[in-house]
Amino acid sequence: MERLNYNLAAKPASERLGYLAFVLTACVFAVFFVMPIVWSFANSFKPAAAALADPAALFSKAFSLENYRRLEHVGAGWYVYAGNSVLIAAGTVILTVLVSVPAGYGFSKFRFPGQSLLFVLIMATMMIPFQSILTPLFLILKVFRLQNSLLGLVLIYVTFQLPFSVFMMRNAFDAVPKALIEAARIDGASQATILRRIMLPIALPGVATVAMFAFLNSWNEFLAALIFLSDQNKFTLPIMLVNVSSGIYGIIDWGALQAGIAVTMVPCILLFLLLQRYYVRGLTAGAVK
Amino acid sequence: MVSSTLRSRRRAVATGEPEPKGWLGLAFILPGLLFIVVLFLVPLVMTVWMSFYNWPLLGRTKFIGLSNYAELIGDTQLWHSLGFTLLYTVLVTAAIFLVAFPLALLVDRPLRIAGFFRTIYFMPVVIGFGAASTLWMWLLNPDSGVFAQLLRGAGIIDSAPRPLESFWPALGVVILMVVWKTAGFTMIILLTGLQSISNDVIEAARIDGASVWSRFRRITLPLMRNSVVLALVLNVTSSMLAFDQFFIITQGGPENSTISAVFSIYLASFSSYRLGYGSAISFALLVVLVAISAIQFVLLRQRPEEG
Repeated sequence: MERLNYNLAAKPASERLGYLAFVLTACVFAVFFVMPIVWSFANSFKPAAAALADPAALFSKAFSLENYRRLEHVGAGWYVYAGNSVLIAAGTVILTVLVSVPAGYGFSKFRFPGQSLLFVLIMATMMIPFQSILTPLFLILKVFRLQNSLLGLVLIYVTFQLPFSVFMMRNAFDAVPKALIEAARIDGASQATILRRIMLPIALPGVATVAMFAFLNSWNEFLAALIFLSDQNKFTLPIMLVNVSSGIYGIIDWGALQAGIAVTMVPCILLFLLLQRYYVRGLTAGAVK
Repeated sequence: MVSSTLRSRRRAVATGEPEPKGWLGLAFILPGLLFIVVLFLVPLVMTVWMSFYNWPLLGRTKFIGLSNYAELIGDTQLWHSLGFTLLYTVLVTAAIFLVAFPLALLVDRPLRIAGFFRTIYFMPVVIGFGAASTLWMWLLNPDSGVFAQLLRGAGIIDSAPRPLESFWPALGVVILMVVWKTAGFTMIILLTGLQSISNDVIEAARIDGASVWSRFRRITLPLMRNSVVLALVLNVTSSMLAFDQFFIITQGGPENSTISAVFSIYLASFSSYRLGYGSAISFALLVVLVAISAIQFVLLRQRPEEG
């Protein structure tokens, strides 16, 4: 490649060639990453015969919603599972924000003995995987009569969202200049007013990051939902997908599965495309530190 | 992060700033603390405690000392699944780096279109493992899958392959799916490292006549060491905890050969309902994971003095 550029000698031409090579390579990778999503989405709108005849076709003349209609008869119906997933995700997002915003504020703007120890304690939760404490969690939820309940699952998701969220919110509040707070205090603003009127607007991007991670993680979580929900009406979308994919009498309804995958993944992709800078910022927060 | 807390406290003390109502901060933290204590610390202690008991789901629990651990040592299926998890971790981490590193280098340029490609590569990361696993089950299924059709259409094969019926192809399918789903994540972490290197350093080496490869090996790689280690830690930990893809795609088969460590916990606690034994496996896995993290953090602390 380099020799080719060298022979061409003319700088603009070689630059253009390099650009072309970059775009071509990037496109090959893009096909690998994007085509599975596109294929699955396209097939969710194909009638069974068309999907079987040519699964790789992106467009089919026979557009139909029959796959989605068949998904209504899977278990309690896909909208029940979608509703459960929405409730769990909404509950996790709201509760995570309600708990982690004050905690981040407390760690950022107050000093009291034992504070750093508490911070390390909360951060340590990140080191120990929740998979290894599932067994006792099952018993604890049973004691509180929260097994097989959406609320119980929300409480668990919030707990495992907390270390990252508290870390994010502490950093977000650290970014608020002390002088600004002092000025407001001198003007007679109360603690609550300072938090609401000054701190929160500045920390809002951090809240968006926390909310987005809470949504995606709770929407997509599989293992805890599999263990803690036993009633068919309480299942979430990922559990429904697995039930469809394990088939009935050995026959898998691929069309219904496509429709289910679309319902499960499209909200995540849309949210990511809309709010991706908050997501990537959350990821790099760990890398930069 | 701990040091920064200390630093800011020292700063506050040094400047003699008044910290009115410092204990009010504790009140703000209290709800979060409640969650951590009840749903993390208590179950963590309970894991250890339960591992000394014969603990069925219903009926009496009985203290049996170290019997669970004795059983664990003699459990060949468990050792097999631990060995399999290690094998999977090594292979999948290598595969992810092999894809993610070139991707990071590829999109590390100040072009609008590079940002577009970054978004494309990252897209599968936000899809859950449940949806991704079932999606790849369909792609690879021999009857109506896309790959079977494309391969048949190209005349490469006559009959569709059934990858899930033997060990290595099944593992290959899972690794392919996981690379597809998570390479974008590692790419972003590595990209952060790449972008923290100033162009002057690279330019200086270029002027000194360093080749592309030696520039990468001697300058780029050592300078982005922290993000490489971070990506490594995150990939190794999440692979050691793999469950969804094996539960969904291979269902532990063929012949129980793809049962991961977390899968064994699931089987012991929630399929056989032997909660005590499940706790013992959990605790053993936890020790292994903490050890791996510790080793990796030691690596992170070391200065890169070797050439």
